Amino acid sequence: MDENVVANGLKQYIVVKLDNEQYGIDISFVDNIVRMQQITRVPKAQSYFAGVINLRGEIIPVMNLRLKFGLEQRENTNATRIIIVKPESNAKIGILVDEVHEVVTLEEENIEKTVYDEQGMNLLGVGKYKDTLISLLNIQGIISELDNG
Amino acid sequence: MDLSQYLEIFIDETQEHLQTLNDQVLVLEAEPDNIDTINEIFRAAHSLKGMAGTMGFKRMQRLTHDMENVFSEIRNGKMKVTPDLVDVVFKCLDAIEEYLACITETSNEGENDNDEIIGLLNACLEAEGGESEKEKTPEVKQENKPVEEGDKRKFLRINIADFEKNAIVEAKSDKKNVYGATIYVDEGCILKAARAFLVFKGVEGIGEIIKSVPSVQDIEDEKFDFDFSILIVSEKPLEEVKKVIANVSEIKEVVIEEYEIPDDVVVVSSVQEEEKKADKKEEVKKKTSSKTGGKAVANRSVRVDIEKLDVLMNLVSELIIAKNGLVSVSNQEDSDTSMQSFNEQIEYLERITTNIHESVMKVRMVPIESVVNRFPRMIRDLSKKLGKEMELIMTGEDTELDRTVIDEIGDPLMHMLRNSADHGLEPTVERLKLGKPQVGTIQLNAYQDGNNVTIEVEDDGAGIDVEKVKASAIKKGHITEEQAEMLSEKEAIDLLFRPAFSTAEKISDVSGRGVGLDVVKNKIEGLGGDVEVSTKLGEGTKFTVRLPLTLAIIQALMVEIRGEKYAIPLNSIVTIEDVLVDEIKYVQQKEVINLRGSVIPIVRLDEMLDCPPSDAEPENLVVVIVKKGDKQTGLVIDNLLGQQEIVIKPLGKYINIHKMISGATILGDGEVALIIDSNSLV
Repeated sequence: MDENVVANGLKQYIVVKLDNEQYGIDISFVDNIVRMQQITRVPKAQSYFAGVINLRGEIIPVMNLRLKFGLEQRENTNATRIIIVKPESNAKIGILVDEVHEVVTLEEENIEKTVYDEQGMNLLGVGKYKDTLISLLNIQGIISELDNG
Repeated sequence: MDLSQYLEIFIDETQEHLQTLNDQVLVLEAEPDNIDTINEIFRAAHSLKGMAGTMGFKRMQRLTHDMENVFSEIRNGKMKVTPDLVDVVFKCLDAIEEYLACITETSNEGENDNDEIIGLLNACLEAEGGESEKEKTPEVKQENKPVEEGDKRKFLRINIADFEKNAIVEAKSDKKNVYGATIYVDEGCILKAARAFLVFKGVEGIGEIIKSVPSVQDIEDEKFDFDFSILIVSEKPLEEVKKVIANVSEIKEVVIEEYEIPDDVVVVSSVQEEEKKADKKEEVKKKTSSKTGGKAVANRSVRVDIEKLDVLMNLVSELIIAKNGLVSVSNQEDSDTSMQSFNEQIEYLERITTNIHESVMKVRMVPIESVVNRFPRMIRDLSKKLGKEMELIMTGEDTELDRTVIDEIGDPLMHMLRNSADHGLEPTVERLKLGKPQVGTIQLNAYQDGNNVTIEVEDDGAGIDVEKVKASAIKKGHITEEQAEMLSEKEAIDLLFRPAFSTAEKISDVSGRGVGLDVVKNKIEGLGGDVEVSTKLGEGTKFTVRLPLTLAIIQALMVEIRGEKYAIPLNSIVTIEDVLVDEIKYVQQKEVINLRGSVIPIVRLDEMLDCPPSDAEPENLVVVIVKKGDKQTGLVIDNLLGQQEIVIKPLGKYINIHKMISGATILGDGEVALIIDSNSLV
């Protein structure tokens, strides 16, 4: 992110896909994007957690975004990615998505903030980019809701 | 000469000596004539003086010099230990601590001369010295006169203390007989102490010994010539008592008669505590003699820069992961002929890693003792300050914790102890009214529990009044009345951990200033632990602190369940058994097996871990028998993969972890395996 972008109230988002829907993740939270790798199931964890992975010696829990949003499970493909986000400085969480699409820059005025999603706190709003809509994920909301899962 | 390079050593050693002094003076307060303790104190005070002098801290030197003088007098038997003296000595220790704090900050001892304390010390010296002169005289007589005069009734020369006098008077008013006896052991006797012991034993069978000269301890150590004197309270007639004593072989002569307190015997003013302990004295003395004997070996410590240690620890974990990598490679290519040397390499690597692990862990782990050993002193001071009688019972001081945790845990623990002393325990008067033991008990228990260390602070005081907590919370605006009604007992108690919350009605010096349990909780959670309170109104409160053993490397058994790999800590495993499915019996609809005569419940790990059900039940089950305390449980698994050293890693935030999973580890091929906490399954 260069300084111009920040100065103009612009934010960059990584656009990921679940089925045909596009979701945006604020790039400032993103630590890393890794390919699908072996995930160890964790019994008795929240149902939408796929398990844990080993990321260079660190163990990181991975959430399956499809299950989180109530979509049915899908076979992992070559395009499946785990996005490692860092909601806090000392904790990481992986988000399993079908595909990583692109990185977009959105202006403040192109973001509709008054949208409420059915699940509650998961979305910050909807961004308009070219002629598509991108649901912007609320990372803090997703993780703070985890206890109820 | 530049002494700054020695400053660090000086500070560390002074701290050690201060700790020794604090401990030993506490012992001394309970047993004023424990000679081992007095010697220990004298030595520590002497070392302190010498060190302070070498480093050029004149004020500190002066203070320790005077303290040493006092103990020198006590050691020579010219002075008695009194409660006042103990107080002064404690003040003195506090002053030295102040010097030390000042030195640590500024490498200068400061300006405080502490003349007042020095004055007090000297006053003690003079006052006691005067009295000791009086005391000395009869003792001298005891040595010489009787032999010259042929008066064998040495018991008449016994100095008796207030409480002993009281005991005699009391016994007489109870129509019991009080006898004085001097027993002469045959001069050819080899085992004097044993004979004396038989005499004591015999007399205790028919009465009670209130005093012996020399002391029981000295007699046990054979520190007497060929005679000793005792005062006996007994209901039996004189002749019978005499017979019991004379029946012990190698006793030359027994001089015994009714005992009246002679006028010329000096009544030594007694220490209050002694009164309570008079009857227990003998036992206590035996205990302490063994205790001090063990402590004589000084605790040498290693001081290592913690940052270097952290680096080292990371290296070790990397090393183990690398080794696991090698192991997995070797498993893949069995047939190769060059395997042998490769295997040797692995064994070598394994040996190194094990050694590094052990030595590093030893450096890094510190017994909790280094934190808790200052608490007895603190409780003593609190007891005086609050005017409540209380005692601190500590167990598990040798439980080891990571250094960083040790450094941080002191304050929270201290806070909880203060809390127990101030809020928990009722005033002594109230305790008596409630029919509780007069002396309140605070327990500090530490023990390792799987991969956690648990520390409990428990008091037998009033407990927490949940309603009072709620009322206070409403008053302070933390919650509304409606909310208060909704709260469960546990939730209400959790209110105590809110910032600026105190149920104490009046703010005391000890606690209740509002910086309270929230700080404790924050600190413990910062260390990755948690704290819980359980309380019973009228019976007491228990704080349970659980702390993780941070980076831990353990030996584990790797097992396979439905293709998933799990690790079971080796230290909880008893045996591994092959069990025929037919051998499984049912008790209350639960599966059990009969293993060499003991019935052991079995747990199907595949069900516990929500694994997909298997297609066919095999004829044989592999059962890993694990234990927790005396209880055993069998865990049913599919396959054994072997033993491995694993590095325990946390599973990360955000994901809910069932208590049967205690962490995870990374295997040689990079795969993550979960660690099963067998304690939660037993």
